Amino acid sequence: MNRRSGTGYTGVPSWVYVIAAAGSLFILLPLVAMVAKVNWPQFIPLITSESSLTALGLSLRTSAASTALCVVLGVPLALVLARQPFPGQRLLRAFVLLPLVLPPVVGGIALLYTFGRQGLLGKSLEVAGIQIAFSTTAVVLAQTFVALPFLVVSLEGALRTAGSKYDAVAATLGARPTTVLRRVTLPLVLPGLASGAVLSFARSLGEFGATLTFAGSLQGVTRTLPLEIYLQRETDADAAVALSLLLVAVAVAVVGLSYGRRRSSAPVKEQL
Amino acid sequence: MSISRKTITALLAAGALAAGVAGCAGSSNTPAATSPASSSSSISGEITVFAAASLKATFTKLASDFEAKNPGTKVTLNFAGSSGLVTQITQGAPADVFASADTKNMAKLSDAKLIDGTATNFATNVLEIAVPPSNPASIASFADLAKSGVKVVVCAPQVPCGSATETIEKATGTTLAPVSEESSVTDVLGKVTSQEADAGLVYVTDVKTAGEKVKGIPFPESDKAVNTYPIATLGASKNKELAQAFIAAVTSADGKKVLDDAGFGTP
Repeated sequence: MNRRSGTGYTGVPSWVYVIAAAGSLFILLPLVAMVAKVNWPQFIPLITSESSLTALGLSLRTSAASTALCVVLGVPLALVLARQPFPGQRLLRAFVLLPLVLPPVVGGIALLYTFGRQGLLGKSLEVAGIQIAFSTTAVVLAQTFVALPFLVVSLEGALRTAGSKYDAVAATLGARPTTVLRRVTLPLVLPGLASGAVLSFARSLGEFGATLTFAGSLQGVTRTLPLEIYLQRETDADAAVALSLLLVAVAVAVVGLSYGRRRSSAPVKEQL
Repeated sequence: MSISRKTITALLAAGALAAGVAGCAGSSNTPAATSPASSSSSISGEITVFAAASLKATFTKLASDFEAKNPGTKVTLNFAGSSGLVTQITQGAPADVFASADTKNMAKLSDAKLIDGTATNFATNVLEIAVPPSNPASIASFADLAKSGVKVVVCAPQVPCGSATETIEKATGTTLAPVSEESSVTDVLGKVTSQEADAGLVYVTDVKTAGEKVKGIPFPESDKAVNTYPIATLGASKNKELAQAFIAAVTSADGKKVLDDAGFGTP
């Protein structure tokens, strides 16, 4: 809509490109420095060691679980925030976004006092025979806590952009609210939901502080890839660098995949 | 489309910010207070001391005592995990004295010819069982930690406190099934003070520092893994005289008393 094509005029002053180049170098240079530090002859043995593969597998499994949990909890939240205004809506949005700016270790402490053995809910859960502390569930909870805002915000944006015209038309044609949601609203915002889910997955993959504080660190149970890197750093810098690169590669693959998908779906959205 | 793209950009920025904060825990610089320069002492100037995190309380006191006794001197302290400090020193961090929590990390520096002369062992530390004040799992001995249903947290074998734990397990033939293997003593202690764990294995000195929040249970098998703390002047020091004087103060009778009070043993 606001794109000027054909004339070659981009509307961006040339000096902006210089600063933009400096900005991208600021992100790229540390990655290049890390790649330069990799002990390449040992790279494959380092990333395929038993502890590394266990940590990677655990990271992928828990991130998938927390992404699913983010979708289940986040879609209704985004709908409530995007559609009908209600008292306290802005406050609710501010609180939902809080984990984005909260240091993860603070999130970990908060979760500990909620789901921990002595926590707000933990005591009742323990009576019911459910123990969350030091379990894989604790890892998923920590990841969901930090990743949920990513899904809510990108889906809320998509819902606002799509508007509610089509929903209204469907409703006047006799569709019940659940049918409208299932057949009209969600299909319209599917690209937004997908990119939100991918961002949640990527954030879950990188979760460290809350997991360390809340879930602990045990191979195969709670020691995800970032925790494994932190531990390896103590004794084996080569292994830590190799695993860091692996994590970067997985993150790039995940984000790249989502960008590819969003590109291909963009024309459909622009017609709306 | 444009709105959601903007939102995502903002989100990525915010996420990066939040993720970045997590990495900030670790070393801290504690410049000790300067004392008025008045006396006619032969030593003067400034030194930087890199010391293991477990030495924080004792070395802060030792440094301020040293400055009070030797006006015109300034001791800057940097505390972190020993292996992290070794990495910093080998990467060229400006330090005059290094005090390690184990001989293994000091050996890394002496092998790299980065220390001046030889290291002096100045303290020892042993493990102790830390339990919440109410001792919910009724732990009384090292063997009790292996009972089923006891949630015990230890250090990972990669860090000094974890290798000490492993040594004791081997020596006693007791196999622990910890619910978590943490990267530092602080994390183990945190799980015990928050009562998530029934017991944790930490150093005697950590139990003393934690005060009322945990109860310490000494066990005789702890003498199977005595951790020795060495201290040395670094080769790159610009003020070796002052560095030596500080090390002499740490190993003096007064220095020993400060260390004894904190729970450290004599090598």
